[in-house]
Amino acid sequence: MSSIYSEIILDYYRYPRNKGILPHAQIHARDTNPLCGDVVEMQLEVDERNTVRDVRFNGQGCAISQASASMLTELVKGKTVDDVRKISKEDVLSLIGGQLTAVRLKCALLSLKVLKTGVYNYIGSTDATKDELSSL
Amino acid sequence: MLKQRWAAASSSTSLKATSPAAADTASYRKAKNRLPGLAVPKSTTPTTKPPLTFPGQLAQSTVRGYTTQKQATAYIHGKQSYDVDKIRHDFPILNRLINGKPLAYLDSAATTQKPREVIDELTRFYSEYNANVHRGVYKISEEATAAYEEARAKIARLINASSPNEIIFVRGTTEAINLVAQSWGRTNVGLGEGIILTEMEHHSNIVPWQLLAKQNGAHLKYVGLTDDGHLIKDDFRQHLESGEIKLVTMTHVSNVLGTINPIREYIREAHKEGCRVLVDAAQSVPHMPVDVQDMDCDFLAFSGHKMCGPTGIGVLYAKKPILEEMPPYHGGGEMIREVHLYESTWRDPPYRFEAGTTNIAGAIGLGEAIDYLSEIGLRNIQVHDQELTEYVHDMLGKVKGVKIYGPANPRAKAGVISFNLGDVHAHDMASLLDEDGIAVRSGHHCAQPLMERLGVSSTTRASVYVYNTEDEIDRLVESVERAGRVFKV
Ligand SMILES: Cc1ncc(COP(=O)(O)O)c(C=O)c1O
Repeated sequence: MSSIYSEIILDYYRYPRNKGILPHAQIHARDTNPLCGDVVEMQLEVDERNTVRDVRFNGQGCAISQASASMLTELVKGKTVDDVRKISKEDVLSLIGGQLTAVRLKCALLSLKVLKTGVYNYIGSTDATKDELSSL
Repeated sequence: MLKQRWAAASSSTSLKATSPAAADTASYRKAKNRLPGLAVPKSTTPTTKPPLTFPGQLAQSTVRGYTTQKQATAYIHGKQSYDVDKIRHDFPILNRLINGKPLAYLDSAATTQKPREVIDELTRFYSEYNANVHRGVYKISEEATAAYEEARAKIARLINASSPNEIIFVRGTTEAINLVAQSWGRTNVGLGEGIILTEMEHHSNIVPWQLLAKQNGAHLKYVGLTDDGHLIKDDFRQHLESGEIKLVTMTHVSNVLGTINPIREYIREAHKEGCRVLVDAAQSVPHMPVDVQDMDCDFLAFSGHKMCGPTGIGVLYAKKPILEEMPPYHGGGEMIREVHLYESTWRDPPYRFEAGTTNIAGAIGLGEAIDYLSEIGLRNIQVHDQELTEYVHDMLGKVKGVKIYGPANPRAKAGVISFNLGDVHAHDMASLLDEDGIAVRSGHHCAQPLMERLGVSSTTRASVYVYNTEDEIDRLVESVERAGRVFKV
């Protein structure tokens, strides 16, 4: 079987893109995965047309959680907040590739959950968004 | 090499006919004969007792009905030794392939696999004598009650309790500890009084005491750990001398480090100060002979599922005079003597603490598991686990970048080995091992205070039991080396 630890995942883990702090981020959220102790923080700076001008992630944890966070930052850069909101589980999983067990799925999707939490806080959340977040 | 060490170490204790196991099994068979409905022969039950072995009698010996070529090599100097190949045959799950490779199950500290005997007994209960206990006057209820109470008696014999009435069936270690906290603790640990714990406790031996401390205004004091995972005795003495301690509660064997604590010494000192002692034996009763009278603990808790039994069944042992003074934990049927509209009176222990319909099948299954383990011999299991622990230390210790936590001397440990490789996260390690069919645990192992003490967020934990082999450890080591290559450690 092919390993989930592809060269790409390992590369993003060893050499994370967009890792760090954005002091002027308007969108900011952080969460942990209590099972593993993974921590991911997402910060987005948006311009007046609600387009993501800059983005950083920060955190610690397993390769899957950290690499997926880093990949996600590249995906959101230049998108409108509304498009960021529409990013799906499947989008993130296809970035990662490979087959994940249920427990590791939580690691993989932590950054998406954090991103969406931040975005919904920014645009105002509804009950439907809470359901969506709890399904991640 | 390893086989020889096993043989040497177990030579004086492994003769079946002289082990307590034989007595246990005999009384069990008798119990079954008392219940004609139960006397169905089981495929794996040996019809004749395995013979004592003497020099020159090597290849014909059979244990548990199996004879293999390998077994002959397991007899050394005419002494019967541990035959792991035969034991493996008893566990159907070990036939599974994971990702095309045989399952190497190295997570028995979380839960053990179940031998066919136990699985079959559960089926037999549900298909032949399923009924509620202590209630029906009809035949199968009588059979179920007898089997349930026989299981209680087997547990009492296993840990050398002075009476089966000191054995309370609970869901597991967690419930046993909560029972003591809420029943004994609420009435005995008051405002300003203290409880001593250690930094190596499982959450289930921390949180119930935090709840009690909040309810009663009591406080908690922790015994610290040395860097190599031993308790700091001076901490313990200092806490004891504060004079306000009512209870000492500590694990016998650490579920993360594997450390075997010198529990008797601690109990003796605690008793000198008039404190009660609870022992979390979740990781010791499955792995070594435990004698509660010799240990002199006041309470002892363990889980059936960690010793080849079903999930959802466990044991609280407590000394009879203490139990008699304890108020009920749960109210309901089965635990009462008389119920009136505004008050009730309680039955004597153990029934006072077994409200409602309990896990009858689980208790019977646990009884069967105890027969199984006793037949192998707890002393033999201890030696086997010990030898494998040493082997893991030897082999894993050679891998570049591996750090093993806890005592440096594997002889101070019981079957549990926690490690990390360089900066590879434990979850990544466990996923990589899973790709090779190897099941280990990763994370904080329900012991976050201990993780903090070790200064890590998680570890990978391999734990061994009766069915594990040197080959599986070799596979573990190979796979850890592969992880090192993947992550370029
Ligand atoms: C030392 C120790 N104590 C307590 C427990 C809790 O046991 P259970 O989950 O069966 O109640 C465990 C098992 O996880 C353990 O290893």
